[in-house]
Formats: sequence, C-alpha cells, structure tokens
Amino acid sequence: MLDIQKIRADFPILSQTVNGKPLVYFDNGATSQKPQIVIDAEVKYYQEINANIHRGVHTLSQLATDAYEISRGKVKEHINAKFAHEVLFTSGTTHGINLVTNGFASILKPGDEVIVSSLEHHSNIVPWQMLCEKTGALLKVIPMNENGELIIEAFDALLSEKTKVVTVNHISNALGVINPIKYIIDKAHAVGAAVLIDGAQAVPHLKPNVQELDCDFYAFSGHKMCGPTGTGILYGKEEWLNKLPPYQGGGEMIKEVTFEKTTYADLPHKFEAGTPNIAGGIVLGTAIDYLNSVGFENIHEYETELLDYATKRLSEIEGLRIYGTGKNKASVISFNIDGIHPYDVGSIIDKLGIAVRTGHHCAQPIMNFFCIPGTIRASFSFYNTKEEIDQMVDAVKKAQIMLS
Amino acid sequence: MTIKEIQNEIIDEFSMFDDWMQRYEYIIELGKSLPLIKEEYKIDENLIKGCQSKVWLQGEQNNDKIVFTADSDAILTKGIIAILIRAFSNQKASDIINADTEFIDEIGLKEHLSATRANGLVSMIKNIKMYALAFDAKNKN
Repeated sequence: MLDIQKIRADFPILSQTVNGKPLVYFDNGATSQKPQIVIDAEVKYYQEINANIHRGVHTLSQLATDAYEISRGKVKEHINAKFAHEVLFTSGTTHGINLVTNGFASILKPGDEVIVSSLEHHSNIVPWQMLCEKTGALLKVIPMNENGELIIEAFDALLSEKTKVVTVNHISNALGVINPIKYIIDKAHAVGAAVLIDGAQAVPHLKPNVQELDCDFYAFSGHKMCGPTGTGILYGKEEWLNKLPPYQGGGEMIKEVTFEKTTYADLPHKFEAGTPNIAGGIVLGTAIDYLNSVGFENIHEYETELLDYATKRLSEIEGLRIYGTGKNKASVISFNIDGIHPYDVGSIIDKLGIAVRTGHHCAQPIMNFFCIPGTIRASFSFYNTKEEIDQMVDAVKKAQIMLS
Repeated sequence: MTIKEIQNEIIDEFSMFDDWMQRYEYIIELGKSLPLIKEEYKIDENLIKGCQSKVWLQGEQNNDKIVFTADSDAILTKGIIAILIRAFSNQKASDIINADTEFIDEIGLKEHLSATRANGLVSMIKNIKMYALAFDAKNKN
C-alpha cells in the first residue's frame, strides 16, 4: 500500500493552485512532475561537482564523470541490460529513435521493408518515413481495431524476409493501450528483422526488462519518469550498436583524429558526441532510485485502481466515449463528449484547475482512424488520487452543461 | 458605429464579469449566436492556418464595406471569431486595415487562452486584415 499523502508531499508543485483552484495534474503522459529529491540533486550537481566529464584529470571532472557513469550503471540495472555500454544517454526518446534510423540509412536497401504500427507517436513515424525516403525502403503499417488494439494477424501477414526493422510503442501515448511487444519481437526476429521499442509511455508505469524482451533497441525519456527534461536513454544491443555508424561527429566520440582518417571511440562514447546533459544524466539516476523506492509493483497496483475508478466515473457521463477500450491498458484515458470539441472541454476544465491534454497527441493517424479532431486525455500517475478524479469528473460535467 | 466604438463596447461588456467562467459562458453564447456561414464557403481554401480547431472565414464586398462570415468546429473558437466579426465586419477596408487590436488585450482574451489558441487568434486577425488589404487593392485598380 502506498501512502499517497506522503508521496504527494515529495512533489512541491502539486500543492499549488491554478486559476484559484487546487491543481489537479493529469497530464503525466506529456511529462511527469519532479520530486524534491530530484530537484535537489540537480542543484547539488551545480553547487558541488559541476565539471566536464571524461576529459579532465582534475578532481571535479573525476567526480562528475563518476557520478555520470554511476547513473548509467543504475539505468543498466533498472532495464536489465547486459552491459552498461549498451545504455546511451540521449536528449529523449525522439533523439534515440533518430539515432537508430540514421544508422539504418547505411543498412537498408531499396525494396526492404520497415513495419510501424498505427498506434505510434509522430516521433516513431516520421524518422522512419524519412529513412524510407532516403533508402527506397517501404513503410508498412500494422492496423488497429475499434478498441485501439493492434490487429496482430495483420502484423503476421506483413512479415516477410523483406522486413528489416519492426518498431512499435510499448504503450500508446494517445490511448494508453499496452501492446503485445514480446510477441511482436519474437515474430520479427524469426524473419531476421531488428526491433525498436518506443518505451516513452511505458517507463513511468513499469520496469522494462530488455534482455527478457530481447528487443534490439528500447528508447525512452527521462522527463516522463520523474527525471529532468532533456534526458533520455537509448538501449541498444551491443552487436547492433557496433554495427551502426555514429550519429553525430565531434568530441568524445573519437579514438584518434587526423585529417586523413578518424577512428571512433568504443561504446557507448561512439554515440555520445559533445558535452552531454551531464546534470540531467546524473539526476535521471536519482529519479530511477526514487521510483524504485516507491516500487513499480505498488505503482502498478495503485495506478490500475485509479484507471478503473476513472473509467467507471467517466462512464457515468452521458454521451462520453472512451477511446482505447482494450483490456490491457496503462493509466491513461482518452475521451470525447458527443458534439463537443475536445479543446472546448480542455479550456473550461483548465479554468477549474484540471490539467489534461487536448488535441491529437502527436498521433494524427489514430485521430483519423476514429474520424475525430482529437481527444481529451487524462493520464494518471502514482501521486494522483481518486478525489482528484472526482474533481475532474465534476469539471467535465460542468463543461458539458456549459457547452451543450 | 466605428470599429473603435464597437471595440469599446466589447471592453465594457467584458468588464462586467467577475471571473473567467462567466466570460467563457459569454463567449460560448456569442459563439452560438454567430450567423452561419454558407456551406459552400466551408472549404479548405477558407480555413485559417494556425488554429488547432477548424476555422473558416469568408469575406465579401458589400458596396464599400466588407462583410465577414465564419464558423468553427469548437464553440469557444466560434465565440472568439464572433467578437472579431462584430468589431470588423460591415466596415470599410481602409478602416479595417488601420484599426488597432488592443481591445483583445484589454478584455484579457489572449492571456486566458492557451498559447495555441492565442496563435489562432492572431491568425484570425491577420486573415481579416488580409481580406481588407486585398479588397482595398482591388478597388484602387
């Protein structure tokens, strides 16, 4: 059992008022709030050990380097990677995906196929489209059904020896649907394709085990899991990271530079050109420690309770439709009210202190599938409460009356 | 009434409300009372870029004045465009071109809109002025 009031006290932002009303923060899918321990760690870094890493022999540089590498080690443990050098620091999920698609530009040939799913965020569509344009490879899309679930038989039918990469999100950002990634990974491997999992929406809710999943790449963001903005991780299997060319050239990623030829550094530095977000990388480790201290089993249990409660309460509202009604879901609810634009609802309930996301959630193909301009998305975290859900339901009801 | 007089009237109306929920209710009322645009004008060419909800705006010349009609799929947006149409429709092109838009700030509309909606508002005003510029240029030729 979680002591929610104690947890809420860890997050200073949650005690403020917005538009004169207590803040109800249900936009966790966009970014999570940060506990004081994370905020303090960021300050402490700049107050005590700020120095560039992997370069100086001086003490501060050593301290900063050690802290950065300790954090990498924490991530490695957290996702159960085989080696720490399979863990690359990035600026976020988008950066990680682009690093991979850039690398595949020298591997894919015309006629090769890349499979994405219809549930993807634009960040996991557009880089692959750009890759296909560059290489002449073809983009294939796994369709979804009315419940917002991927049609797995259609995926099976898309697979062939032409398939070189399959990419799918672990959890859909727009609908909260959890995808059967283990099945997808195994099937893709059977035809020799590599698999990238977009884990951006999964890491706040669960602890991915990359060795068990056997995915080739797993990309996620730090800011959605209580870490600082501008941080992220790309996990890649050692063999794949050795195979892919560097993404960016610069300092840190080299072994030796002459004007005739440059040789590249070993993993992970080959992919970490330039001075990284040192503070962010270190503090991401603090955020992971914090989440583990709360415990992912506790988080899962409590968030499931919140999801069930919110689903039940929202369903009481006449004319309200929930999108993404499959069984396997994270604590995200996407909905609309008949005849009312999601922006109107979002604007009104904002004035009542409720922070939700409205719009297409960077997933326009999903909105096109349902023939809607967007949805209202409430995404819950372990620091949210049922009382807050009640406040949202009241606010939505009020908005419905005003707007009908 | 001149554009300025209408704008002052709108400022007066908005100053009567105590809080933003009341102002929203009023904007929604305005949205509902916006005369419907002809269906034939609800085409992609008349869509205003920069709005998150769909906004169609159509301007027509009526003697020496421009008459605007509009619609949106979101009611608050419709209300906002209704305010703009009240201020700028049925006015001379040159007056529309020269009119300032400070009343928007005075009624506090912009600061109470999300950034995306505020951008949309700027786009709406720009489109209204573009119509006026185009008619003005045509009349001079």
